[in-house]
Amino acid sequence: MSASDTHRTVLGHARDTQPSEPPVRLNVEQASYAYHARGNAAPVFTLSATSFVARQREIVSILGPNASGKSTLVALIAGALKPLSGRVELEGFETSRLDPRTRAQRIAVVHQESPLLFPTRAGEYVLQGRHPHGKSLRFATEEDIVIADNALAQVGAKHLRDRWMHEISGGEKQRIILARALAQQPILLLLDEPTLHLDIGAQVELLERLQQLAHENRYTVIVVTHELSLAAEFADQVVLLHKGKCLRVGTPAEVFNRELLEQVFEAPLDIAIGPEGRPRVHIRGVRYSARR
Amino acid sequence: MKPLTFRRLAWICGSLLVVLFAAIVLALKLGAVPISMTDLVVNLARVAVGQSAQLPTEYRLIIFDLRLPRIVLGMLVGGALSVSGAGFQALLRNPLADPYVLGVSSGAALGAIIALIAAPQIPLVTPAAAFLGATATIAAVYFLGRREGQLDSTTLLLAGIISASFLSALIIFLMTTLAGRELRGMAFWLMGDLSTPLPPSLRWIFGVGLIIGVGAIYTTAADLNLIATGEREAMHLGVDVTRVKLVVYISASLLTGLAVAVSGAIGYVGLLVPHVMRLLFGSDYRVLIPTSVIGGAIAIVVADTLARTVVAPTELPVGAMTALAGAPVFIYLLRRRLP
Repeated sequence: MSASDTHRTVLGHARDTQPSEPPVRLNVEQASYAYHARGNAAPVFTLSATSFVARQREIVSILGPNASGKSTLVALIAGALKPLSGRVELEGFETSRLDPRTRAQRIAVVHQESPLLFPTRAGEYVLQGRHPHGKSLRFATEEDIVIADNALAQVGAKHLRDRWMHEISGGEKQRIILARALAQQPILLLLDEPTLHLDIGAQVELLERLQQLAHENRYTVIVVTHELSLAAEFADQVVLLHKGKCLRVGTPAEVFNRELLEQVFEAPLDIAIGPEGRPRVHIRGVRYSARR
Repeated sequence: MKPLTFRRLAWICGSLLVVLFAAIVLALKLGAVPISMTDLVVNLARVAVGQSAQLPTEYRLIIFDLRLPRIVLGMLVGGALSVSGAGFQALLRNPLADPYVLGVSSGAALGAIIALIAAPQIPLVTPAAAFLGATATIAAVYFLGRREGQLDSTTLLLAGIISASFLSALIIFLMTTLAGRELRGMAFWLMGDLSTPLPPSLRWIFGVGLIIGVGAIYTTAADLNLIATGEREAMHLGVDVTRVKLVVYISASLLTGLAVAVSGAIGYVGLLVPHVMRLLFGSDYRVLIPTSVIGGAIAIVVADTLARTVVAPTELPVGAMTALAGAPVFIYLLRRRLP
């Protein structure tokens, strides 16, 4: 019995109403943003007020087609942008107001890989995740090295430690990038289209790994994707965006409505509910002959 | 992979210092008047034990009044240009960046010449104007090198090369129309030359400026490693990207300005040295900055010794030597597109 369970028993029934619900970690409350091409011109893109909450060990999927506002929402959550209205709070602190170091100790962001300027080994790359925890010149301590090694082990990439980043495969690179994020020891893991350049096997492997990490390391995981089936299978919550508007927030079963998704993704779809209550999405191809 | 420790860094710098020492000894020995190793050792030992008065006059003149000041000047200039190049490479996210290729050296040279013509009586006006010339040029090249709001690697290099040629034309114009004035030769400003000793009035400002510039860039070394993997990534890993870029921009311009004010526009050192150091010791900026200081010193001492000896008793400008070695490396890197 953990300390918090004991605490709950002592306090009695009041807390038992929601026994399995851990406290809110990330609170996105009516957050909005607008991009302007020039100072006074009309905004070229707007993300209208979006709200959802995420708890520890939860995987939230931000789902939407291209140009729906997914990356803007990620930048707001990561604190890289300050919301025009509303607020984004991580454990009670507004993310855009944290100084960069503190923010990096709490939030790890994984982007699609960007080209490296100079050759780097995988092990050095993962050690970079210790940067926000280090002193000024940041020579790696014994502790940093242990943490980086553990991060590599957690993504099953210990054997890649001494390989060059530009020599390993896309799937392996994705694991190293994830390991760097783990080395940050964050409480919120934010992934922007992590499956973009991966084949289907690597996609499933990554999502399964994220599920396991969310559970073992008590992360809150936010995954941005336009892959409907991955979101349906792995997310605890889905935030559906379309043309800068948040259309729906809920469990996959609540959000995966056929008419809604067909409209958002502009494709004919079939949605069935699988044995575990999770929706299954199929593309309904129209035969050329049947079209006439 | 072995993570970097202070011990390893000290070993690397120590071994480079040994190479530098050997280069200095050779540079003292070789020249239009060759000096035997025995004479050199004996005379250096005399100075070391405080018996300078016993030195033969010719040795005193050749070693201590001619060669040694030139070697010291070369070391300072080489260190400044190399660190400046390494800084610009991270700042502009371009492995081919170098103060000379980017036109920054020409901008600094033009600033220095204008100051020499307009107000030669004001103390320290040359290095100050060279610094301003460097900052203005890099800002102009940065904005010319952008396409659709993004820094484009090829456009940036073209903008730099075009600026360099335009500024060189202005330098030639100023020098020809103002012939007869007390200006150093055209080769000095266009190619770089170490034959003019560092004026005593500039000695302190040069030393202090070098320490400040290199020191400021070194404090950002760990941040530069992350900026080299991507600015957005660096920001998410806790780097204050705007502050780091400002520090590197000012310091690298300061180092280029100082170097050009005393030695003219020596090219390719800032490109060549950091890349050789990366090949030898890896691309970690915590190693790259100190090794570039020492490596830059070695490179210029060797290049200047060659410049003094290959066609002795005539001298080549040192910039001709560095361009002979640097330009092919530039082409090689351009074709290989690191990494």
